[in-house]
Amino acid sequence: MILIIANKELKTLFASPLAWTLLALMQLVLAWIFLGRLDAFLEIQSQLIQIANPPGVTEVIAAPVFAMAAVVLMMATPLLTMKLIAEERHNNTMTFLLSAPVSITDIVLGKFLGLMIFFSTVIGLVLALSISLLAGSSLDFGLLLSNTTGVFLIAACFASLGLFISCLTAQPAIAAAGALGALLLLWAVDIAANEINSFLGFFSLLKHFENFNRGIIDSSDLVYFILFTLTFLVLSIRKLDGERLRG
Amino acid sequence: MLTISACNLSRNFGTYTAVRGVNLELNNGEVLGFLGPNGAGKSTTMRMLTGNLAPSSGSVKICGVDLLDDPLGAKKHIGYLPETPPLYRELTVNEYLLLAAKLHRINNNKLLSALEAVKLQCGLIDVGKNLIGSLSKGYQQRVGIAQAIIHSPKAVILDEPTVGLDPNQMREILFLIRELGTSHSVVLSTHILTVVESICDRVQIMHQGQMVFTDTIISLKQKKINLEEIFSQLTLKRTPEKKT
Repeated sequence: MILIIANKELKTLFASPLAWTLLALMQLVLAWIFLGRLDAFLEIQSQLIQIANPPGVTEVIAAPVFAMAAVVLMMATPLLTMKLIAEERHNNTMTFLLSAPVSITDIVLGKFLGLMIFFSTVIGLVLALSISLLAGSSLDFGLLLSNTTGVFLIAACFASLGLFISCLTAQPAIAAAGALGALLLLWAVDIAANEINSFLGFFSLLKHFENFNRGIIDSSDLVYFILFTLTFLVLSIRKLDGERLRG
Repeated sequence: MLTISACNLSRNFGTYTAVRGVNLELNNGEVLGFLGPNGAGKSTTMRMLTGNLAPSSGSVKICGVDLLDDPLGAKKHIGYLPETPPLYRELTVNEYLLLAAKLHRINNNKLLSALEAVKLQCGLIDVGKNLIGSLSKGYQQRVGIAQAIIHSPKAVILDEPTVGLDPNQMREILFLIRELGTSHSVVLSTHILTVVESICDRVQIMHQGQMVFTDTIISLKQKKINLEEIFSQLTLKRTPEKKT
């Protein structure tokens, strides 16, 4: 059931120009950054050789591109999550899913999975960009792996938060604005945490991503991302269930 | 066995009571006309019968399965067309109906035969590859009915399926519903009383959240009672003080 709903999400997503436009724009931005970093690397390459244990291409080029990918995904999330529940309500298609013998858990997980598959294609393209460096250099696959894992997990957090906000309203525009606001707030927390170096840093998504970006897979970061995702998935299920009872 | 039996259904929205103590029974192979002025609580009742809305009190059994205890088991037996057909405009008719079939757990090897059968029944053979968004209102309504019956449910619940159709389309849809009545039990809500007289076996009238009238069409005809008179008599009069 979950797979059927995920499949339906992808089908409706790719039937609209939105998905293709987003994919193209994200790829354009990330490729631009990639080329910029590549250019910078070539310029400083001669100086790098003189340092003992110099940073490699993965650190100088791939890691910043992955960091940027996290921000780009954050911006794209509201546009995609607004479709998940709010737009279904707006178009009166939610009854189609609710009348079928499908549980609300299946609906929520199916929609989440569908969005994650879409995000995976974006992440896959970023990975492909990095792997293209193999043509002229060797790569640090460990660092690449931790970055990919990190981006995937942070994307899961974005998706679950957006999905929950989408459950709160029947207006796609409000769902998008709400998700954008919440994500920006989490980003602002990151900036505040940088300045005062307080406990706030623990709540920042990007802060937890930084370790992955540096090649460290810390179990506390893993747990944070997984708990964050699970929390909002459970909240979404509870919200939709509650609506049937009270709405 | 009764296809649908709803007992003492009530539903509050905050302090407002939309449906109050409604009993509804649908016998096997029966077409039930469900009447009432706008705002009487028909749609709310239908949403409760299909598991879209949980009743504040009361119980619903579909083919003997309790909708609240075993929602997935009960929903298998229902096909529901809400007031606004729940259509994905960006999908083709085939894609959409296949999705409906899969969500209703039709086996993979029977999917295509179910699709062909329902398209034949609803006259959708020629438009299978068209996008739903590009179809006319009448065809969209047929797609809506098709998604409700593709899994051949025991009970089909149609909420105002004839709204906004031209007379020809209406005749076709009614013909389709009458055909449905031979193999399924149907609950049909509508405002057109002649429709009820021509295709329903029994009629129930709802007013201000309560069921105020129920009788079979045959006995109405025998008693020479005009449905329109009954309807205006029951729904125009001011109801006495609300019970608390």
